[in-house]
Amino acid sequence: MLTVTHYTILSAILFAIGALTFLIRRNPLIMFMGIELMLNAVNLAFVAFARFLNNMEGQVFVFIVLTVAAAEVAVGLALVVAIFRARDNVDVDEIDALKG
Amino acid sequence: MSQYLWLIPALPLIGAIINLLVGQRLPRALSSWLAVAFMAAAFGVSVSAVANLFALPPEERVIHETLFQWIGVGSFSVNFAFWLDPLSAVMILVVTGVGTLIHIYAVGYMEHDSDYARFFTQMNLFAFMMLVLVLADNYLFMFLGWEGVGLCSYLLIGFWYNRDNLSVGTDEKFLSPRSSGTKAFVVTRIGDFGFTLGVLLMFWTFGSLAFQDVFPKAQAMFQVGAPVITIMTLLLFLGATGKSAQVPLYVWLPDAMAGPTPVSALIHAATMVTAGVYMVARSHVLYSLAPTTMAVVAVIGVLTAFIAATIALVQNDLKRVLAYSTISQLGYMFFALGVGAYAAGIFHLVTHAFFKALLFMGAGAVMHVMNNLIDMRRLGGLRKIMPITFWTFLIGALALSGFPLFSGFFSKDEILADGFSRGSIVLWAVGVLVALMTAFYIFRGVILTFGGKPRWKEGEIISSGDENAHDEHGARGLHPHEVSAVMWVPLVILAFFSIFSGYIGLPHVLGENWLGNFLEPVFHETPIEISAALEWTLIAVSAIAALIGIFIAFRFYFSDPKIPARLRSYYPGLYSLLANKYWVDQIYEYTIARPGRWLANAFWLDVDGRIINGFADGLGRAFRGLAQRLRLLQGGYARGYALAMLIGIVVVIAIVVMRP
Repeated sequence: MLTVTHYTILSAILFAIGALTFLIRRNPLIMFMGIELMLNAVNLAFVAFARFLNNMEGQVFVFIVLTVAAAEVAVGLALVVAIFRARDNVDVDEIDALKG
Repeated sequence: MSQYLWLIPALPLIGAIINLLVGQRLPRALSSWLAVAFMAAAFGVSVSAVANLFALPPEERVIHETLFQWIGVGSFSVNFAFWLDPLSAVMILVVTGVGTLIHIYAVGYMEHDSDYARFFTQMNLFAFMMLVLVLADNYLFMFLGWEGVGLCSYLLIGFWYNRDNLSVGTDEKFLSPRSSGTKAFVVTRIGDFGFTLGVLLMFWTFGSLAFQDVFPKAQAMFQVGAPVITIMTLLLFLGATGKSAQVPLYVWLPDAMAGPTPVSALIHAATMVTAGVYMVARSHVLYSLAPTTMAVVAVIGVLTAFIAATIALVQNDLKRVLAYSTISQLGYMFFALGVGAYAAGIFHLVTHAFFKALLFMGAGAVMHVMNNLIDMRRLGGLRKIMPITFWTFLIGALALSGFPLFSGFFSKDEILADGFSRGSIVLWAVGVLVALMTAFYIFRGVILTFGGKPRWKEGEIISSGDENAHDEHGARGLHPHEVSAVMWVPLVILAFFSIFSGYIGLPHVLGENWLGNFLEPVFHETPIEISAALEWTLIAVSAIAALIGIFIAFRFYFSDPKIPARLRSYYPGLYSLLANKYWVDQIYEYTIARPGRWLANAFWLDVDGRIINGFADGLGRAFRGLAQRLRLLQGGYARGYALAMLIGIVVVIAIVVMRP
C-alpha cells in the first residue's frame, strides 16, 4: 500500500537530485533540467497531499507551477541564446560580469 | 476724490522696468530722456497731489489711499497704502523735484558711459523706492522702501564695478567701487537690524504698524518716559544712524563717493540719507514720549556734525569734503529733531537738498571736464573757464556756509535758535563752531578749485590709478571747458532754489515761517518763547560765525597760502588725526571687521569645513568601507549563489521545524 510518506520521500529524492544537478553541472541547459526536476518534485508532493487530504486546491497549484515553469524556461533559454551569441560560450562559471 | 497717489512711485518704476528690459537696445538719448520723463511726470503728479492737499483745511490735510492688503494675519493687517500729509508732501516734492533735475544732469554726465541703460534703470528704481519710503502709511511698507533705497545705493555706488581704483592724478588710495558698495550695504545693515527690532517691538506693543493706529495708541497707553517707548525709539534711531550716516555708522558715506557723481547728489546728499531724518520726524509722537532718546538724538547729531566738520577741514578730494559736509549737515538735522524742533529739521533737510545737490553737481561738472580729476591740490583757476559752474557752486557754498540771506542761513539759524532755547547752551556753542568750520571748509574748496592760478596744464595727460578704466574721455589731454546746457541748466535752477528756498521759513522777527505753519498740523509744535533781542543776537552770532569762517578760508588759501602748511607743521599730531579721519576706519577694521572675518573664517573652515563636512563625509566613508567588504560576497559564480540560497532555505526550514 502506497502512503503519502512514500510520495513525500520520492518527492524529496527528486528535489535533492534536481538541486544537486543545478549545483554541480556547468551547462545551463542541464541546470534548467535540474530546476525542472525540483519544480516537478514539488508538483508531486502537491498532488500527493491533495489526494491524501481530499482537497483539490493542491492540484490547482500544480497547474500554476507548470505555467510558471514554462514561462521560466522560455525566458531562461532566450537568455542562454543571447549569452551564447555575445560570448560564444555558455559555461556558467565563465559568466561572472557581476563579480563584486 | 479719485485715487492717483500710487502713480507717484509707480511712474519711476515703469521707467525702471522699461529701461531694464529694452534700455540697452534703445538709442542712448531715448533711454536717458525716458528716465527723465518718468521722473518729471512723477513730479507733476506730486505737485497736483500737493495742490489737492492744500485745498483741504489745515487740520484735515491728510490724503489716505489704500491700494490693497499686503499681509493679513488675524487682526493684524498691513496694506499697500499711501499717506500724504504735509510732511510727506514736502518729501515727495524734494525727491521728485531735485530728482528730476539730477536725472537731467545725469544725461550729460553719463554721456560717455556705455552702460547708460543700467544706470538709468537703477536711478529710476531708486526714485520708486524712495517715494515708497516717504509715502508709506505704515512702518512695514516704509521698511520696504527703506531696504530698497539701500539696495539701489549699493548698486549705484558699485556702478563701475570693473574698476579698482578711481583716484585720478593723486596718490591717495580709496576703496574700489565694489568694496565701497559692500561697505555701505553692510554698515547700513547694522542700522537696519535695529530698525527691524524697533518695528517688531512696535508690533508686539501695539499690534499694528499703521501710523494712524500706532500714534494715538502710544499717546493713550504710555506716559512720558515709558521704558518700552524709549527702547523702541532708540532702536529706530539706530536705523536712522545707519541710513543717515550718523555716529557711529557714518563711515560708509565718504566711500560712497566711488559712485558716479549724480548718484552722490541724488542718493548721498539730497534724498536717501535724509530718510533717517524723515523717519524720526514721522515718528515724532513716539520720540516726544521718550525724553532720553531725544537727548541721545541731539547729542549724536551735534557730535556727528562736529566730527564730520573737523574731518572735512583737511580732505583733499572735493567730493569727500562734500561727503563729510553732508554727514555734518545731517548731524544738524538730528540736533534739531533731538530738541523737538521737527519743523526746523525738515526745513534744513529741504534747503540742504537744494544746495548740497548743487554742490555735488558742480563738483561733478569739474570732474567731467577735468578727466575725472577731483583732487583739489591739482585743480585751481577754473573760475574763468567754467563761469556758470563757478557762480552756481559759489551760491551753493554761500548757502551751505549760512551766509546771510541765502537758504542755509535761515534753516541753520532756525536750528541753532531752537537748539539754544530748547536744548543746552553747550550743544548750541558746538553748533555755532561747526557753522564756522562749515564756512571755512567749503570756501577752502571753492578757492582751491576755482580760484588762484591753474595747477594743471592744458593738454596734460592725467594718469588714472586704474588701467581698467575704459573711459575714452580720460585718454585725451586736459581741455577744460564749460559744461553743456543739459548740465548747467539744472545747476542754475538749483542755484535759484539755494538762494530763495530759505524764504519759506523766515525767523520770527523777520516774517512768517510758512513751512513751519504748513507742517504744524503734523507736529503740533509749541512755538518757542524767545525775545526779539535774543533772536536778533542768535541770528547775528550765526551770521558772524559764517563770515569768520569765510574770512579765514580766504586768508589761508588766497592771501597767505603758506599758513596751512605752517599750521600743519606746528600741530602734526592734530593734522594726522584729522587727515586719518580719527582712525575710525582702522579702529572698525581691527575691532569689528577683522574679528568678524576671523569668526566667519572659523565657522566656514573649521565648523562647517571640518566638523559638519567631516561628519557627513565620514558617514559616507564608513558605508563605503562596509560595502567594500560586503561586495566580496558577490563572487560572480551563479552556482555559488544557488548553494547559498539552498543553505539559507534549509536553515530557515530547520529553524521553523525545530521551533518548539
